[in-house]
Amino acid sequence: MSLAVPGLKVGLSRDDLMMRAGVVVLAGVLLVMVGLPLWALLAKGFEDRDGKFIGLANYVSYFSTPALFQSALNSLQVASVTTVIVVPLAFVYAYALTRTVLPMRWLFQGISLIPIFAPSLLPGIALIYLFGTQGFFKALLGDGSIYGIDGIVIAQVFYCFPHATLILTTALATADARLYEAADVLGASRRRVFFTVTLPGAKYGLISAALVVFTLVMTDFGIAKVIGGNFNVLATDVYKKVIGQQDFSMGAVVGMVLLAPAALAFLVDRLVQRKQVALLTARAVPLVPRPKFARDLFFTLFCLLVSAAILAILGMAIWGSLIKYWPYNLGLTLDNYDFAKFDSNGWDSYWNSVRMALGAAVFGTVLMFTGAWLNEKTRGFGMMRGVVQLLAFLPMAVPGLVLGLGYIFFFNAPNNPLNFLYATMGILVLNTVAHFYTVGHLTATTALKQIDPEFEAVSASLKVPIWKTFVRVTAPICLPAILDIAIYLFVNAMTTVSSVIFLYAPDTKLASVAAVNIEEAGTTAAAAALCVVIVLTSAAVKAAHLIADRFLFARLQVWRRR
Amino acid sequence: MTNYLEVRNLSKRFGDFSALGDVSLDVVEGEFVCFLGPSGCGKTTLLRAIAGLDPQTSGTIRQKGRDVSALPPAQRDFGIVFQSYALFPNLTVAANVGYGLVNRRQNRGAIAKRVTELLALVGLPDAGPKYPAQLSGGQQQRVALARALATSPGLLLLDEPLSALDARVRLRLRHEIKALQRTLGVTTIMVTHDQEEALTMADRIVVMNHGAIEQVGMPQEIYRRPATAFVADFVGSMNFLAGTLMAPDKVRVAGVDFACPVQDGLAPGQKVSLCIRPEDVRVRDLPADISNRVPVEVAELDFVGAFCRAILRARASADVAVTADFSSNLIRDLGVDIGTKLDIALPPDRLRVFA
Ligand SMILES: Nc1ncnc2c1ncn2[C@@H]1O[C@H](COP(=O)(O)OP(=O)(O)OP(=O)(O)O)[C@@H](O)[C@H]1O
Ligand SMILES: [Mg+2]
Repeated sequence: MSLAVPGLKVGLSRDDLMMRAGVVVLAGVLLVMVGLPLWALLAKGFEDRDGKFIGLANYVSYFSTPALFQSALNSLQVASVTTVIVVPLAFVYAYALTRTVLPMRWLFQGISLIPIFAPSLLPGIALIYLFGTQGFFKALLGDGSIYGIDGIVIAQVFYCFPHATLILTTALATADARLYEAADVLGASRRRVFFTVTLPGAKYGLISAALVVFTLVMTDFGIAKVIGGNFNVLATDVYKKVIGQQDFSMGAVVGMVLLAPAALAFLVDRLVQRKQVALLTARAVPLVPRPKFARDLFFTLFCLLVSAAILAILGMAIWGSLIKYWPYNLGLTLDNYDFAKFDSNGWDSYWNSVRMALGAAVFGTVLMFTGAWLNEKTRGFGMMRGVVQLLAFLPMAVPGLVLGLGYIFFFNAPNNPLNFLYATMGILVLNTVAHFYTVGHLTATTALKQIDPEFEAVSASLKVPIWKTFVRVTAPICLPAILDIAIYLFVNAMTTVSSVIFLYAPDTKLASVAAVNIEEAGTTAAAAALCVVIVLTSAAVKAAHLIADRFLFARLQVWRRR
Repeated sequence: MTNYLEVRNLSKRFGDFSALGDVSLDVVEGEFVCFLGPSGCGKTTLLRAIAGLDPQTSGTIRQKGRDVSALPPAQRDFGIVFQSYALFPNLTVAANVGYGLVNRRQNRGAIAKRVTELLALVGLPDAGPKYPAQLSGGQQQRVALARALATSPGLLLLDEPLSALDARVRLRLRHEIKALQRTLGVTTIMVTHDQEEALTMADRIVVMNHGAIEQVGMPQEIYRRPATAFVADFVGSMNFLAGTLMAPDKVRVAGVDFACPVQDGLAPGQKVSLCIRPEDVRVRDLPADISNRVPVEVAELDFVGAFCRAILRARASADVAVTADFSSNLIRDLGVDIGTKLDIALPPDRLRVFA
């Protein structure tokens, strides 16, 4: 349809006008949420401390400061090493989940997701308990120290594992059994089948997983902050420049340097995915693995080992949060959960997080779903829809820290009429929704593409306004996707650190940020406790979602039954 | 008779590709018109342009005297049924059928009455409280039809409404839709690539190819007097014998002259195809002086059910083969088998000649 040659000027119906107005408003909102803050950040890099334009001077000084440049190399090193470890690990795990007969498969799948529900500093804290200066297993390290690259990499592996596993599980799950049967009939050895059928089939998944992990590590801030020691990376540099030295211009420059690899990885991923043709045609026969004792035993043991490691790290954080005085008094206590003793906000920061997460889930879901619908269903208006599409994809390529920094520059500008948002809950919600916009937008778009494209044509022929069909038909049909988006936003809003660390005010401090502050002040146990509360909350919400999905919505959606 | 719909010089381009080229067409009020043609010939494109869903690149459309060329679909008057039916899965059948009525500020009672009436009309009086997923394909199709008819549109558009159904249901629905259309008298345009469907249902058939109209006519006309070689080939089966026009009423094929209807538009000496339908080939009781007699030998005999399809080779020239339909009776009576030699005749009034 995009190819249609314009010639005849077609009149616009009331629906068309409404939709177009909606697209314009959406473009405006996204511009404020994503475009302008990034622009402000870009501009800031060319100014000196007093706001005078100084061209590339900041960049010159950045690249001629060896310490700063070293951080960039460090970031690349950590990201590469983590990627090389996580991707094979996740691949084997995903292979076990999809291609072998695993006892209690759902449990292994669930355990692999746990890290998603935790703020990134949780694995850092657990490692401190295990291998820190007063760690249980400190002796195992000999002269070495967990503070530095080793600790960062281990924690990053934990943190990135579920993301890679999810992507690879999807890639491996979409297999056509007929290919394997054909290979069998042709008498190919198992090794050959693996290298000629399985691996090529998962190729795009592997590339995608590698790029996602690389970007996650490059841009994560929590882990390096907690366990990095003197090993500086780009993300901690931004934080130090901005919070420590109040050098915003230099912070902006480091932010731009941080943006480059993330944006590059994003572009590569887009290009690669475009090459991917649908492997699973409508006629494909899904592959159902058959039991094979030796293979299944091996993969079960592997999954047990990985799951045990994940649970150990989570368990260590939980245990640490319950201990009186590590490592001298191992008696149990709930004192560490009395947050008022460690941070003036006490439990308020937790409730702030819940409020923020709810706000982001509600506002974000409405915006993302309605936005995706407007952009999918508006007739014509290609230019503006292109702008929206671009702005919706941009956040994926932008690290949270960088977006947060852009928010400071944009919203704190005295001449910005939106200045009133600065240091409110509103800006935290806005920032979080913007940071996670792309995934929600994609989820909504995919769901919308799956429903009959003629609903709008039918309602036009019946003279029913398009928005009525949106409310009565489209949105109810997409309810599962809508809930997925809401839960995704809630969980990420609970755990995110990097995108909001610059934006909170004393009375809007969030739990994840409070955990960073408490840890910085040296009370690891309380920081662990706060992380545990966050994990429990987001995991509980996810569990409620699964239960509701299974029991409640089955009843609400009788129409899905045949 | 007044023209209900007038399409003039309609073109539609996608990039460099011309999906419709300068199409003009009139549809009379109350008529059932079928767009027939091979896949990709532009049937759907034309139908969607008439609905305003994908507007044309140029050209005009008048509906009931009103120029609707530039109007959005919501301001035109039509009901539409898609191949996918596009029923709203989360609404009951009754809510689906009443979907367009709710918006017209009628009271609940009136709407309910109309819905009941429509469901009875399409033969599903009890389906109201069910959901679309609980109905068979044929039943869903009827619900879609009831929904499209609910607002009493002046024009009903059907895009391959039967193609997703199995053969038996399709056959039954053909008759039901046709009967319904006749009762309501609603002007109807149906897209199909199934010639049998078009031949049995349509008052007039519009045969399309490569974005252009090849022929418009009543089913018998299209079948008996195809205007172009494409129509002759696409609708029904047809023998094509390569030959040369010797005189306005004479075509020479492989050295033998055949009498045919007088050709005005063609010049003698021109290469032509001499065409005849398999069922028009005569075998029985040939009078001694019959024209266009050809001695043949049976080369192949395919059992097709009600009849056999025979491939006959001219004894004089093995290059010339004619397909003919023989009834089972005829095969028994004449003892036809592979290798049988017999004489056939190609009746001149049944011959068509195309350049
Ligand atoms: N949106 C589009 N962009 C580019 N080309 C298109 C588009 N829609 C249709 N076409 C092309 O226009 C031609 C006519 O398409 P149309 O859908 O009208 O065919 P049709 O006669 O309905 O065929 P079918 O029987 O397969 O439905 C086709 O060659 C098709 O590829
Ligand atoms: Mg079509």
